[in-house]
Amino acid sequence: MDGFETPTAGSRPSEEAADAAPRTALSRRRFMVYSLAASTLTIAAPLGCDTSTAQGATPSAAPAASDVLVTGTDEEMLVLEVTAANKVVVRLPRLEVGQGITTAVAMMIAEELDARIADVDIPLADARTRGNQYTGGSNSVSSLYGPARALAATARARLVTAAARRWRVPAWSLRTRDTMVIGPGGRTATFGSLSASAATIRRTSVSSKPKPAAKHKVIGRPTTRIDARAIVTGEAKYAGDVTVAGVKPTVVARPPTIRGKVVSVDDRAARALPGVRAVVRIPGGVAVVADSFHHAFEARDALKIKWAPGPLAGLSDAAVRSRLKAAVPRLGTPPSGSTQVQGEFEFAFVSHAPMEVLTAVADVRAHKAEFWFSTQTPMEARDAVASAVGLPASAVRVHVLRGGGSFGRRLNYDAAIEAALISKAAGRPVKLMWSRNDDIRHGRMRPASHHRIRASHKDGRVVAFTHSMASVSESSEGKGVVNQAAFRGRLSAGPAPSDSGLYNFGRISGDWGGIELAIPLGAWRSVDSGTMRTAEEIVVDEVAASLGQDAVEFRRTTLRNKAVKAVLDKVAAAGQWGRSLPAGHAQGVAVHEEYGSCVACLAEIDATDPKNPRVTKVVMAADVGRAVNPRGLEAQLMGTAIDGISTVLQAGLHLDRGAVREGSFADFHWARQRHAPLHFEAHVMPAKGDPGGAGELGVPAASGAVANAYARATGTKPRRFPLNF
Amino acid sequence: MPSHSFTLNGKPVTVEAPADMPLLWVLRDLLHVTGPKYGCGVGVCRACTSHLDGEEIQPCVVKVEDCQDRKVTTIEGLADGDTLHPVQQAWMDCDVSQCGFCQPGQIMAAAALLKRTSHPTDADIDRIENVCRCGTYARIREAINKAASEITP
Repeated sequence: MDGFETPTAGSRPSEEAADAAPRTALSRRRFMVYSLAASTLTIAAPLGCDTSTAQGATPSAAPAASDVLVTGTDEEMLVLEVTAANKVVVRLPRLEVGQGITTAVAMMIAEELDARIADVDIPLADARTRGNQYTGGSNSVSSLYGPARALAATARARLVTAAARRWRVPAWSLRTRDTMVIGPGGRTATFGSLSASAATIRRTSVSSKPKPAAKHKVIGRPTTRIDARAIVTGEAKYAGDVTVAGVKPTVVARPPTIRGKVVSVDDRAARALPGVRAVVRIPGGVAVVADSFHHAFEARDALKIKWAPGPLAGLSDAAVRSRLKAAVPRLGTPPSGSTQVQGEFEFAFVSHAPMEVLTAVADVRAHKAEFWFSTQTPMEARDAVASAVGLPASAVRVHVLRGGGSFGRRLNYDAAIEAALISKAAGRPVKLMWSRNDDIRHGRMRPASHHRIRASHKDGRVVAFTHSMASVSESSEGKGVVNQAAFRGRLSAGPAPSDSGLYNFGRISGDWGGIELAIPLGAWRSVDSGTMRTAEEIVVDEVAASLGQDAVEFRRTTLRNKAVKAVLDKVAAAGQWGRSLPAGHAQGVAVHEEYGSCVACLAEIDATDPKNPRVTKVVMAADVGRAVNPRGLEAQLMGTAIDGISTVLQAGLHLDRGAVREGSFADFHWARQRHAPLHFEAHVMPAKGDPGGAGELGVPAASGAVANAYARATGTKPRRFPLNF
Repeated sequence: MPSHSFTLNGKPVTVEAPADMPLLWVLRDLLHVTGPKYGCGVGVCRACTSHLDGEEIQPCVVKVEDCQDRKVTTIEGLADGDTLHPVQQAWMDCDVSQCGFCQPGQIMAAAALLKRTSHPTDADIDRIENVCRCGTYARIREAINKAASEITP
């Protein structure tokens, strides 16, 4: 059948995890700080050597001393500038998509500089040519924590030294507070007023080391997002809100099936409509450039296009599911004399569906090009758009804009490539927007997967645990899941997801198969853990039941890591595990460990109507080593609770004769307020080290807890997700 | 092309546009008022939620001709100068936003709800259909209750 190739053997997760750098290496590293030649205090710290090395970039040569003048590129640096207007500006080589990284970095800077957080600006850096500008793998806080603090602490020492010289007083007698240096007798100087003289200082008279954690006043304090006001007033700007001279709204007519092709176009009627500026054929369909999105949509609908079916035409869910099942490697022989608890689990495709559909502004000229869009991978994106329009990467500028959600979607830059081609062909700047239909029917998705899990117990103990799975991977263009597997192996510092190394389960084994389809896929928040670990946590509950043990008590006695036991105990106590509930209601728990962090979730569900369940309460607890912004961490956990509710209970995509059946939030049933828990609470465990990852952490625990609550409430064994589909 | 006049965030505007042009694109593409966001174009996700004569609408499914001589309020017109509307203030106090893209619509939906019902019940809040893909619903509920108690103690 078209679209299928032979099953492929995937690499073993445990081998991938071997590449991951242990987080302790990061905390031991010394961060060098450089001065940049400038008339205001401008200093730089090398950034994230661990991840840039992992991604194949060449790390810069180690400097001989920490106070060297660097006049060259700041491409691989985190750069801090104190402006004369008393603003502290750090251009961040990461993407803000709601996860709160700009606020977390502003807090690190404010902490070490003793600046007011309102005086710290964190604009997003344009695409760079070198270094690590990747946002993903829940890696941003841990990769920035060292450099950002070292940078700000050095800046503070320079500013204090400059004030001491100006006032002719000993530097030790000075204090810093609220973006000012305070001297004897209460005299003050703003950082801005000291910046020019601080720029000339090479030797500081006070320590430039970051504070010990015990002295933190900002880091660890629940802090409101720095962009909160811009958001609630409607001032926050996304790609669609950008104005560029002469830019024209653009949409694309796309095929009825995934990756269908244009056979012929009759665009006479469309071109005759008012406000239409250009009609352009691109590989994905036919683009219309017009004076407004209304005119563009009207003209798109007036195009008469003959389509050839895509490579998956004729393929539907049933065939994908049976192919996946057949591709799951066999489980070996269980230990003799053991009792088996086993299950097969299926997960449907799931859209990322960020609220802001893919949007890209492109201005491609003969010898240069400029772009504005939201991307987690600006360097790769720039190379790709440059190559698409035949320009050298050095002639292309990419401005990185905040994203209206991502969940992994903006690792890929599909819309930017299309916008580049359209702008070049139309000879004018364009603002390409995917419609919501485009996003769901032709966008990327979490791969469907099939899991076969077996726990073997004997004499009251689990003696073997095995998990074989198969997932869909993308057979063309080399993007999506290929990226996802690579990033996981390189960036995840946690245990490989399938090895269930969380538990003392005797002999652990696993294997990975797959099928390839010409279907657009992409890493989806928590990547494989969202399916693999969810299924495993369901089996853990079923093993406990088979042994006649309580689900929390069983986990407590079999978990290896004290930190995981502690988060489990936290949710069990705070969520009153075991409290009596009416018929049809139940609790469920699950745990997860990854990214150097761990999390537990307790969910309560009302499944009196099993077709219409409501998760009524969610209690989560996370140990991320050190939460820079506990309020931001709570928000991330809250989001993952909704991910769990949505993907386990109700939201997925059907593949129907080569096309995605769903087309908007009307039928892609992402949770609304009426599906969200009436009560949500998150507990952040006390800080005891450097920060681990947090953005994706909660997904498997929330998903597992919701599934286990549903199972207990309904007396069923959840096997196919979403359950009501 | 027909001309349409209405009040936008307290100021009179006149715009030339096809009669059936959705208000959303009139606002965004012709008047450059970008607080209301496109999320689906079919009135489902409600990211564009704004007010028409003080009542909630989805501008992506309201024609500009239906706004003639009426009052359109977008997120940009909710605050009183620099003083935030109590719903906006509650949104900040509860730090509701994550990516922020749906929040102008969420805030306008909440403000409209509080106009209809000064102390909404959980069931009233559950009837808000606006999608938040980041999953901020718990904080939205908290902020609505906070704003309610501040508007009508």
